[in-house]
Amino acid sequence: MKAIKFSRSPLLSERLPPWRQRLVLVLLLGAFVALIGRSLYLQGFNNEFLGDKGRARFERVIDISATRGRITDRNGDVLAVSTPVRSIWAIPEDAQLAPAQARSLATLLDIDVREVTRKLASEREFVYVKRQLPPELADRVTALKLPGIHQKDEYRRYYPAGEVAAHMLGFTGIEDAGQEGIELAFNSELSGKPGSRRVIKDRRGNVVEDVESIHPPMEGRDIVLALDSKLQYLAYSHLKQALEEHRAKAGGVVVLDARSGEILALANLPTYNPNNRVKLSGAQLRNRALTDSFEPGSTMKPFTAALALEKGKVRFDTPIQTAPGKMTIGTATIHDAHMHGVLTVAQVIQKSSNVGAAKLALSMKPEEMWTMFDSLGFGAPLKLGFPGEVGGRLRPAKTWRPIEQATMAYGHGISVTLIQLARAYQAFARDGDLLPLSLARLDTPPQNGKQVFSAQTAREVRAMLEMAVLPGGTAPKAQIAGYRVAGKTGTAHKIEGGSYANKYVASFVGFAPVSDPRLIIAVMIDEPSNGKYYGGDVAAPVFAQVMAGSLRTLGVAPDAPLKPLLMTSAEPVKEEM
Amino acid sequence: MARLNLILILITLACALSTVSANHRARKLFTELEAAQKRMRDLDVEWGQLQLEQSTWAGHVRVEKSAREKLGMKPPAPGQIISVDPVPGN
Repeated sequence: MKAIKFSRSPLLSERLPPWRQRLVLVLLLGAFVALIGRSLYLQGFNNEFLGDKGRARFERVIDISATRGRITDRNGDVLAVSTPVRSIWAIPEDAQLAPAQARSLATLLDIDVREVTRKLASEREFVYVKRQLPPELADRVTALKLPGIHQKDEYRRYYPAGEVAAHMLGFTGIEDAGQEGIELAFNSELSGKPGSRRVIKDRRGNVVEDVESIHPPMEGRDIVLALDSKLQYLAYSHLKQALEEHRAKAGGVVVLDARSGEILALANLPTYNPNNRVKLSGAQLRNRALTDSFEPGSTMKPFTAALALEKGKVRFDTPIQTAPGKMTIGTATIHDAHMHGVLTVAQVIQKSSNVGAAKLALSMKPEEMWTMFDSLGFGAPLKLGFPGEVGGRLRPAKTWRPIEQATMAYGHGISVTLIQLARAYQAFARDGDLLPLSLARLDTPPQNGKQVFSAQTAREVRAMLEMAVLPGGTAPKAQIAGYRVAGKTGTAHKIEGGSYANKYVASFVGFAPVSDPRLIIAVMIDEPSNGKYYGGDVAAPVFAQVMAGSLRTLGVAPDAPLKPLLMTSAEPVKEEM
Repeated sequence: MARLNLILILITLACALSTVSANHRARKLFTELEAAQKRMRDLDVEWGQLQLEQSTWAGHVRVEKSAREKLGMKPPAPGQIISVDPVPGN
């Protein structure tokens, strides 16, 4: 090929049309304008998207967990506390364990190796291997470095008092939410709200800067109960003893502070261990003192007497003829087991005469009695906020027949809960007024409650109730050394299938010291079946033991000489049913 | 003019460096704060566990059992209790 010098190339002499040059220039400029526009758009007008993408590279949102509040008794002893535990979970697809690995995991977790392999062979994407392990054990699982096995922080609630205070406290579910008792009643206060915050993390995962707190966490509030754990233990252990001794089906004890209306102890049997709730029956779970109503029997008589005194129908020493020990109203007859003859109003209470109480009741209008029962708080729940609380049964006065009015005077045809009964006795332990009950400790107790009876009436009934505990009354076994005690027994037939059966509920409600009442204790024992079933034999000793122990624990000054009790050799007067 | 520019450049440089070091110190302090807060949470957890342990050891059931069985204690009989009234002015 013949070479041509570049400068002589014929192509150079060709002239291009000038528009081509301009076209290139315009295209290039246009491209620059587009680039500038795009960058302006990205940097200036629509910068959020890229900003978010950038932040997502180094910012993290972390959750801050909040612990559930503690529950303590009035002296600060812990009754319920949450501590961190860890749950082991797995992604079965990733968790391809060698047999040796599976075996060591199973040994650590103390479960069968077949169960581990079964869980890991699951089709699901997430399985719990074992929940709520102590952190030390969970650390040893981490040390195994198994693939696909992960851990999650959780809380577990512990109840150091165990079964002693189980019904009062209730328990929480596995998700740390209250399910029963105080745990449910105060759930919104106790449970904290988990928060979250945005932070910058470095390459090693350490937080280096706090960007913002999205939701500040709310720690659960601690709850201080009115409960006194020593009194609770006394109530529980003496009730348990009595239940075993009398082979009873169930029972309950309520201890109230007469000065403030605080609930110092509340024990029920049968009970359960809230730390280990594997096999639970409904009977164990029932907080009988609040959720079960029963016919109280003779413990209602003092209210009838108080109303008759209040309305001026009788005086303390008005004689009432109770002979011949029975009384027919309409077609029904009510009985006294022993004929007492002429009794004063005070002796009607002391010896617990049904005929005497019925005569007192029939001297009043049904509406008057209904109004008294209603203002004592019977027939409606106390609204303590406790789950499952019932109000008992109090029918409207218009539907009462005379026989019903007479039986209600001695506590049949009306049903109440143990806590209602204990609260109503405030009217006698105090000077005729009722304070609202409180589950939580009160720093400033209310001074005056709702007046139900006059102070004069309350003092007179208090004297009658003291007579019932002295020799000649129905409950000498309720006496305690060093203190003056007042109270009333109750023994009621249970209703089964609409008629009264030969099963009994023995009860005792009383207070001490009589000179300045401090504690009110109500005891109920359901179906004592070891021969004895009278309130004075079954429930009164429990009252005496709990009261004696409680007064000593609280350091209440004795108001009677400290000498051994003189139990009369004669059997106590049998009360009526 | 050139000298002024030089001074301004130096000042800017110094500001930039101090910002960097302030940021660094802030992060260090923040890490310390973080550690202290974690310690606070851990101590709180430990406190709860200790309270739990205490109430387990001091449980009424256990105390009563030890008192009765190990120490042979029993509640005083009514005749054994002597009540002492406070003497006024003493």
